[in-house]
Amino acid sequence: MDREHIRNFCIVAHIDHGKSTLADRIIEATGLLTSREMQEQVLDNMDLERERGITIKSQAVRTVYKARNGEEYIFNLIDTPGHVDFNYEVSRSLAACDGAILVVDAAQGIEAQTLANVYLALDHDLDVFPVINKIDLPSADPDRVKDEIEDCIGIEAQDAPLISAKQGVGIEDVLEAVVEKIPAPVGDPDAPLKALIFDSIYDSYKGVIIFCRIFDGKVRKGTRIRMMATGACEEVVEVGFFGAGAFNPCEELSAGMVGYITASIKNVKMTRVGDTVTDDARPCAEPLPGYKKVQSMVYCGMYPADGAKYPDLRDALEKLQLNDASLNYEPETSIALGFGFRCGFLGLLHLEIIQERLEREYNLDLVTTAPGVVYRVHKTDGEMIELTNPSNLPEANLIDYMEEPVVSAEIMVNGEFIGSIMQLCQERRGRYISTEYIESTRALLKYDLPLNEIIYDFFDALKSRSRGYASFDYEFKGYEKAQLVKLDILINREEVDALSFIVHADSAYERGRKMCVKLKDEIPRHLFEIPIQAAVGGKIIARETVKAMRKDVLAKCYGGDITRKKKLLEKQKEGKKRMRQIGTVEVPQAAFMSVLKLDDE
Amino acid sequence: MMSDLALYVHIPFCASKCRYCDFLSFADRPGLINRYMEALADEISDSYDEYGDRCVSSIYIGGGTPSLIPEEDIGMIFERIRAVYDLRPDAEISIEVNPGSADSDKLAAYRSFGINRLSIGLQSANDDELARIGRIHTRSGFENTYRAARECGFDNINIDLIFSLPGQDKDTYAGTLKYVLDLKPEHISAYSMQLEEGTYLYEHSDEYEWPDEDEDRDMYHMSVRMMGEAGYDRYEISNFARPGYECRHNIVYWRGGEYLGFGIGAASYAGGSRFRNTEVIEEYLRGVRCSESTRLSEADEMSEFMFLGLRMSTGVRRSDFLDRFGKDMDEVYGHQISGCVRDGLMCDEMGTLFLTEKGFDISNYVFAKFI
Repeated sequence: MDREHIRNFCIVAHIDHGKSTLADRIIEATGLLTSREMQEQVLDNMDLERERGITIKSQAVRTVYKARNGEEYIFNLIDTPGHVDFNYEVSRSLAACDGAILVVDAAQGIEAQTLANVYLALDHDLDVFPVINKIDLPSADPDRVKDEIEDCIGIEAQDAPLISAKQGVGIEDVLEAVVEKIPAPVGDPDAPLKALIFDSIYDSYKGVIIFCRIFDGKVRKGTRIRMMATGACEEVVEVGFFGAGAFNPCEELSAGMVGYITASIKNVKMTRVGDTVTDDARPCAEPLPGYKKVQSMVYCGMYPADGAKYPDLRDALEKLQLNDASLNYEPETSIALGFGFRCGFLGLLHLEIIQERLEREYNLDLVTTAPGVVYRVHKTDGEMIELTNPSNLPEANLIDYMEEPVVSAEIMVNGEFIGSIMQLCQERRGRYISTEYIESTRALLKYDLPLNEIIYDFFDALKSRSRGYASFDYEFKGYEKAQLVKLDILINREEVDALSFIVHADSAYERGRKMCVKLKDEIPRHLFEIPIQAAVGGKIIARETVKAMRKDVLAKCYGGDITRKKKLLEKQKEGKKRMRQIGTVEVPQAAFMSVLKLDDE
Repeated sequence: MMSDLALYVHIPFCASKCRYCDFLSFADRPGLINRYMEALADEISDSYDEYGDRCVSSIYIGGGTPSLIPEEDIGMIFERIRAVYDLRPDAEISIEVNPGSADSDKLAAYRSFGINRLSIGLQSANDDELARIGRIHTRSGFENTYRAARECGFDNINIDLIFSLPGQDKDTYAGTLKYVLDLKPEHISAYSMQLEEGTYLYEHSDEYEWPDEDEDRDMYHMSVRMMGEAGYDRYEISNFARPGYECRHNIVYWRGGEYLGFGIGAASYAGGSRFRNTEVIEEYLRGVRCSESTRLSEADEMSEFMFLGLRMSTGVRRSDFLDRFGKDMDEVYGHQISGCVRDGLMCDEMGTLFLTEKGFDISNYVFAKFI
């Protein structure tokens, strides 16, 4: 099919505004699948994604639409991840498109992610047209939302399709708008091959499957391709396009098309998102702009609860990494937790996803240490180290100063909650930048915030202080000097490396105190009294004490039922086995995890 | 020669369910009593084939509330037991009695069946505490039963107490102890309250004021002290007796002796196996008996020898262990023993190991080491 009849586009929206549902309706309406075949959300095919209702990895689908003008169009709908952890991947998916549908909730209007995503799309020169979703809601106010879109984003919205993706209302208007408002791709099929990798997955039969958009040239079976950034070269085994949840091989992909390439590549590290695929025999002069090697933003230690499972954890991480180039790990050893890995993630969500997959898909019981960001430690001898494990912090007298990563955050909030949200940002060491009113009742707050202040529970705090109304987005800004210290925890006067973390000097006491309180509840009574202390630079700043065990008796042993009594004792003994030995103190695994959630109360 | 047997008979009926109780008993099925007693008699008869050649040295009728049952039915059970087994002339024969559920006639009938020991559930001598835990008697109701029992000639009486009750403190518990000691029973059991899942108090535990661990131990130590001063020896974690009145039936459990349990949920230990009847009364009435059975390995038996024997204040003797298993105790448990002795939980004197006061307080911690 000629380029005139191809439309490459994506859907951008704030979370829960109905992106995935609209995608499903588009796939249904274009007739590739019957309703019966539709899984609830075709594009999100990982279980985890479905459960969390979010899209983690971008995927694409090709459908065929017969327009009102009687002609058939190929729609390549590229799905984008909806979380700030995956911003770079989003940007590469957008770069593969020529246009975007902006979905806005008819009741909620514009939210922080709406803005962030639409600006990202406009930055990539995409033609964006809005649709107003959820018009079936009683609180829907499409006219207000239209005005909001025009005022805030500055795109025409008066003729935006009014739809209910959930009820299937107005879907054809959306399809027609795709044909009319999204431009056909441009590009020269005879020029040297130039294709953008916007995703890649590992398949145990086909090897790595590259998802790409062809900008120039052609690629077919037998073409020797080269990844321009990684330098990897392989001969193409198969090319094709994406059915819904299926790979359909074809002869050739040419300029303007979206599809996949397989070339017996063994590792997704070779096919990084954003890299340019070219013809090794006839390479293009310049790669596509925008490639970055993604950096891990959040680190934590992951240890098998059962030390003997260390090789299993290693194998599982290896397998996950085949499919996830942004997951980093290195072996490390903790005195408290034994052998494990220091793992790097794009963000906390990414961390949680990996953790859940390790536990669920690989059946591993994990102990994780407190997640931290990457600090830059400038030493007095001029050397700079990137610190991912607090235990590796050099002696205080060797440190000149330290820097921490800072993000630019945008928070959309209703007027009545501005005060409490600003207070939250202050508590988290935020630097106020500006307030912009979207309309009289809603404002966009801009703050610079240290990343380590938002990786734990910022989002939860934001929701609770705005009764769920505030929305939030951020991007990495840079490193800034900060007064940081290492907080150590001592159990029975022994430092527990796995519990150390880096914290701002001003909050060290508060966090130390909370950790001691939490650990006191988690550590069972022993024969002796156990002091739990928090220390900064060797100076004790807080203490709690686990009192010595005074009672552990089964008073009654009724009617000679020895078996039941024995079972209780066995359970008690079994519980002990799952403990970590810190000196003479047995610490339950849960204690290590409990300190991750200090702000529950 | 075959060793003696102890027999336990379970009566799973109560007038009402106490709020702390998770034993197998019903307060709402009096209609099943007749059929249940018949099934019990059948089970006793059926045991003849396997155990009829054994002598019985103790019988314990427990519940539930055995005294709720018409005395003729209890008499019928004894008739059946005597028909199947030879009873030692000095056999200890106990029945549990709830205050207010046994009058002089009933008690006299018990004596005529050969019952020579009563165990009366007082739990507390404080009426507020009794009401809080759902007991349906008062202190004065108890006293009537106790006096009636003495008048009938019972000269071996146990009084059951529970401490660490909701709303209890050291003073009220001291009052209960003093009251009981003045009555001069032969035996006193004092159990630390255990909140069991599924009980009323467990489900409503936050509605009550509970003594904490320290107060619990204070009450326990007070029991040991006050009863010791009055001539009662703590011969097991929760059991106190004047010399010569230790409960022989319970000692069978702790010393690895053999016993048969009759009735629903009743546990037995015989022929190297532990087994247990079904807990479902409908099944039991249909003639279903054993629901689970475990053959003990030598390691199991050694472990039981230790953790059951250590419940008793005389502890365990190395020579008994060697006689029974042909192994040196220290070869098997040397590590555990030296750890406990080092931590002050156990004494090792003259070839005998026994718990220290601290060891009694955290006996589960000690026992778990021998599992």
